[in-house]
Amino acid sequence: MKVLVAIKRVIDYHTKIRVKADGSGVETRNVKMAMNPFDEIALEAAIRLKEAGQASEVIVVSCGTSECQETLRAGLAMGADRAILIETSEELQPLAVAKLLNAVVNKESPQLVFLGKQAIDDDANQTGQMLAGLLNWAQGTFASNIIINNDKIEVEREVDGGLEKVSLKLPAIVTADLRLNEPRFPSLPNIMKAKQKPLEVISASSLNIDIKPRLTVLKIESPPIRKQGVKVNTINELFNKLHVTEKVL
Amino acid sequence: MSVLVIAEHDNQKLSTSTLSTITAATILASDVTLLIAGYDCSSVCESASRIAGVKKIITSDIGCFKVPLAEDLVALTQLIANDYTHILAPASTFGKNVIPRLAALLDVAAITDVILIENDNTFKRPIYAGNAIATVQSQDRVKVMTIRPTAFESAPTQDSPAPIQTLGYTSQNTLSEFIAIETHQSERPELTSAKIIISGGRGLQNAEQFKIIERLADRLHAAVGASRAAVDAGFVPNDYQVGQTGKVVAPDLYIAIGISGAIQHLAGIKDSKIIVAINKDPDAPIFEVADYGLVADFFAILPEFENVLTQLGY
Ligand SMILES: Cc1cc2nc3c(=O)[nH]c(=O)nc-3n(C[C@H](O)[C@H](O)[C@H](O)COP(=O)(O)OP(=O)(O)OC[C@H]3O[C@@H](n4cnc5c(N)ncnc54)[C@H](O)[C@@H]3O)c2cc1C
Ligand SMILES: Nc1ncnc2c1ncn2[C@@H]1O[C@H](COP(=O)(O)O)[C@@H](O)[C@H]1O
Repeated sequence: MKVLVAIKRVIDYHTKIRVKADGSGVETRNVKMAMNPFDEIALEAAIRLKEAGQASEVIVVSCGTSECQETLRAGLAMGADRAILIETSEELQPLAVAKLLNAVVNKESPQLVFLGKQAIDDDANQTGQMLAGLLNWAQGTFASNIIINNDKIEVEREVDGGLEKVSLKLPAIVTADLRLNEPRFPSLPNIMKAKQKPLEVISASSLNIDIKPRLTVLKIESPPIRKQGVKVNTINELFNKLHVTEKVL
Repeated sequence: MSVLVIAEHDNQKLSTSTLSTITAATILASDVTLLIAGYDCSSVCESASRIAGVKKIITSDIGCFKVPLAEDLVALTQLIANDYTHILAPASTFGKNVIPRLAALLDVAAITDVILIENDNTFKRPIYAGNAIATVQSQDRVKVMTIRPTAFESAPTQDSPAPIQTLGYTSQNTLSEFIAIETHQSERPELTSAKIIISGGRGLQNAEQFKIIERLADRLHAAVGASRAAVDAGFVPNDYQVGQTGKVVAPDLYIAIGISGAIQHLAGIKDSKIIVAINKDPDAPIFEVADYGLVADFFAILPEFENVLTQLGY
């Protein structure tokens, strides 16, 4: 069983982002980039399937600029077998990514596609569901546990009310939530080995897919800042503020 | 403009997030239709028909919608999608599961977590864990989006009920099957609509000590939240998680105990009216957003805390 994992290059989650003064976006120059944390979890799930003998090959795919090769190499170092970059310098929105991934799926015919539940830059939480729709496959979003059983996958989903279990016919789409696993750190030998693994670059324009953004971003601004708070010294003082000043208790 | 709202409910009543979504819908149009797919859900339809702004209810009361799967709910919505300029659902795990799949099949963008409606094609939504706000404009023929419930009031009720119409549907879904749901029943208010929330983090150290938070919450009639670290460590179930990838809350009072204040956690609490932090580390980032901060070891001040509650009559 072939498994595909979609990984996105995003600003490292430790970084405090800076909104550009002209409202055109968020500063990405000289900012540390990394694999989207949910995609690391998705990839870890795929690698574990391979280690358990349930997957034969793990392919990582990224859509974006040539710099995404770095992210793909990180995926190869974690344990993916090969990588595909769908290269474009256009701005990509989730529907466009889903369409590009759809083309890769048609070419590679995986039985399972893992994605992160959301990218921590656009916070869209859309691409996996969109890809599932385009392919007319089942979707198991927000997965916190998976069990493969012959031609089916059982997915435990983190939903607002608790945990939901669904059974999906393969091929299927699974999007990873935080508690699916703890991704490994690549070892130095594996980082070296990753340099030799195949990384195919396909230009997005060669796929003849309409990837034009559907949403025009008019403005990116900073959120309103909360006013500076105060420190109190005792619980009594705290509750006095809450009760008398703020009247929230 | 004609707006369709996909309702989230438990076959008994609408979720409060759906009530907020209806309010958002009424900003777009006076003609709001509510789609209620469920099983044995006539009581939902009846009470929903008396919500202000709802002009019509379309319902599919069929076994497969008892706990709806995206595959079915999207196929159902597609039957009527062309009648609408906007299709909305709450930005809950329910709405986020369904809306993007629907959007892709309609070949339009989806807009996640709308917090402000500027006009019928321009919307604001948070990105980067709420550290930036994007204003986006859609040219798509139908705008498909999820609404962040905390950004809109609950829709009130009205006297004259809206008509209820039935929509036939036969499931062709051989892709997916619902197996089970494990929900955590609790008498406490829901996190996303609570007036007071007490949240605990890794600082609580273990599940046993986390119960102290629950006890305080019960005295204050508050909801209980948690940081990701507290959930990961197994102190509380996953649905307690507040933050970028958990629940977004907006209570009058949010009390964070033993939570450091990572940006991912702050993303979920920034719209709280008053934030209180109790943390033994004076440099914890939570103090940068807290309206009132108390540097203290929580366990050391607990007796005082309980005393004050008694004095205030809680
Ligand atoms: C992709 C991604 C998504 C994430 N999403 C979320 C999310 O949605 N929600 C979320 O919360 N996190 C999220 N996180 C995790 C986040 O980055 C932090 O790791 C997490 O919030 C830390 O939880 P914490 O504050 O409980 O633990 P810690 O950071 O370990 O803080 C514990 C705090 O407790 C204090 N403390 C210890 N003992 C005491 C005591 N006796 N009395 C008082 N104070 C005490 C310490 O001083 C410390 O500040 C996400 C991370 C990633 C990578
Ligand atoms: N440009 C991209 N390249 C590869 N995968 C992506 C890309 N954008 C999004 N994804 C995948 O889709 C998931 C959800 O992203 P989003 O819908 O943008 O929140 C991510 O976690 C990735 O797995």
